Amino acid sequence: MAEAAQLNVSDEVAVSIENMNKWYGTFHVLRDIDLTVYRGERIVIAGPSGSGKSTLIRCINALEEHQKGRITVDGTVLSSDLKNIDRIRSEVGMVFQHFNLFPHLTILENCTLAPIWVRKTPKKEAEELAMHFLTKVKIPDQANKYPGQLSGGQQQRVAIARSLCMQPRIMLFDEPTSALDPEMIKEVLDTMVQLAEEGMTMLCVTHEMGFARQVANRVIFMDAGQIVEQNEPEEFFLNPQHERTKLFLSQILGH
Amino acid sequence: MSDTHQQSIGYVRDSMLPETAPPLGEAGAIKWARANLFSSVANGILTLVALFTIYLLISAVLPWILNGIWEAPSIRACREILDGATGGCFAVLTERWNQLLFGFKYPSDIYWRPTLAFVLLFVAIAPVLFRKVFPAQMLVFTALYPFVAYYLIWGGSILIPIFALLGFVVGYLVYSRFVAQSFAAGFFGGIVAALLFWYVTGFLPVEGILALEEVPSRDMGGFMLNLILGTVCVSLSIPFGIALALGRQSDMPIIKWICVVFIEFIRGVPLITLLFVANVVLAYFLPPGTNFDLILRVIIMITMFASAYIAEVIRGGLAALPNGQYEAGDSLGLDYAQKMRLIILPQALKISIPGIVNVAVGLFKDTTLVSVISMFDLVGMIRGPILASTEWNGVYWELLSFAALLFFVVCYGISQYSQWLERELQTDHR
Repeated sequence: MAEAAQLNVSDEVAVSIENMNKWYGTFHVLRDIDLTVYRGERIVIAGPSGSGKSTLIRCINALEEHQKGRITVDGTVLSSDLKNIDRIRSEVGMVFQHFNLFPHLTILENCTLAPIWVRKTPKKEAEELAMHFLTKVKIPDQANKYPGQLSGGQQQRVAIARSLCMQPRIMLFDEPTSALDPEMIKEVLDTMVQLAEEGMTMLCVTHEMGFARQVANRVIFMDAGQIVEQNEPEEFFLNPQHERTKLFLSQILGH
Repeated sequence: MSDTHQQSIGYVRDSMLPETAPPLGEAGAIKWARANLFSSVANGILTLVALFTIYLLISAVLPWILNGIWEAPSIRACREILDGATGGCFAVLTERWNQLLFGFKYPSDIYWRPTLAFVLLFVAIAPVLFRKVFPAQMLVFTALYPFVAYYLIWGGSILIPIFALLGFVVGYLVYSRFVAQSFAAGFFGGIVAALLFWYVTGFLPVEGILALEEVPSRDMGGFMLNLILGTVCVSLSIPFGIALALGRQSDMPIIKWICVVFIEFIRGVPLITLLFVANVVLAYFLPPGTNFDLILRVIIMITMFASAYIAEVIRGGLAALPNGQYEAGDSLGLDYAQKMRLIILPQALKISIPGIVNVAVGLFKDTTLVSVISMFDLVGMIRGPILASTEWNGVYWELLSFAALLFFVVCYGISQYSQWLERELQTDHR
């Protein structure tokens, strides 16, 4: 493995997924997934649509239930107990394709809501924290506007700040740039790169292969609900092994 | 500038166009009339016909109102004064004013009590309706108001409303004690504790302690009765409707089916039927000797009816929210109650405002249906004691227009408020 890719990665396990299976009714969406994520890793999950990549990361914070296997997040085994789930969710940040900001609250209120109600942070402290992270994603001046008044790129950066306000130990990104104009993709990716440089453990479902090359220490390729191939980015892009991976890469890098 | 490179494909803009104002629009009253009223021959004719119709209406109604008689002891006296001329006999309103407002049995020397309760109603709902204008501390009075209003309107010992209030306090204390363990334990524990408290205090002697003159429910009447029923039922049916709507979406099958059956059953039954049940049938099922107040029975029935409708309206609002809102709340670690209260309901209720107001206005007008179970509300008073009296037999137009006007004022007010609220809550496209 390249040295740069190993930077900041520790031996501590952040997420471990063992033999996980998921069905929608009788449709087998995820099949025998085994994945160990170490603290500080930046993993990019790629694959054709319908391959189960989003479902996989949504299982990690229990937005989707899995029917078989075991998921351990931060040392806690995911069970159906609601308190257990809420605790794991408060440690795992998530950024969605369609931002999912709360349109009836201002940007600042979007960011302070969860710290105040889940972490019981005093309001003033939560607001300082929110302003800190809004400054970090470079939109502190929009704090008192509503999400509807912001551009897509700005909304997605707010969504990242909102997750960071819970000071999560792991961040999940579910196609964070897929709903954005080309000019706005960069500002969101820049924020994610910055986050990666600070050592955040990240799992990103994305089609941004440039981002994968620059930031990821591991690229996972999925098809038909299975992990088909995983490797460090250089090897993955230059020397794919599986036929399906070769086909996929030739399709998306073809022009 | 724009035509310099028309012939060639290559084109480079050398300066960006500045923002300019739109061309001065056509303005002025004459141009407005020409555009809107007389844009074509057919439109012009229609405008003239419409104007003539309005003129006919006004020329018929205006003399009736302006020529009206406001002081007369009976309809015959009215007709003598009018002597064949057109004019309304509004004397019935001045003559029977108190009966129209309070019914014919409410003791006239204590009219000030319901009047005071009516005035305090505005103080109580102001901080709920205009949260930004009035301080939040006023909500304390809002919480106390139902008990104050009961004491003022029904009278009796002050201990009765105080015990009622304390029952809620006891229930809440038990709830907050047990809710940390499990929501169900807190919820049912609170209800049981409150019921137990009320049952025990039912044995205490309460007579005569700071008592106001007691007025039994069957003596309530007039527009006061409509207002009591309307206010109580609207304010109860919204929380019940929310609970039913959430229950219908619940993952727990028993709760879900209870809500579905309740909503579908109540919606499938006419309100009149429910009112007859409240009036007659309920008495057969209750143990003999139980004094279950008629107004309370009617309130329960109308509230059940309205909350089933409101539940369906709110379900529409909930369905309109994208799934992402639920997921975003979940992913931040909010629990069910927090997610609903902070994220889902504020948005779903905002979407549901027009529907809820629709139900509320309809409900308020439906309170006149109690006149068919021989309660003397505003319409009951008009149809019964007033029109049946020898003095005023035949004064339909004046009385029913007055009733219509009172209801219109209240309902139009509710409608205007809701439209203001919708604009106030609008957070996009500012």
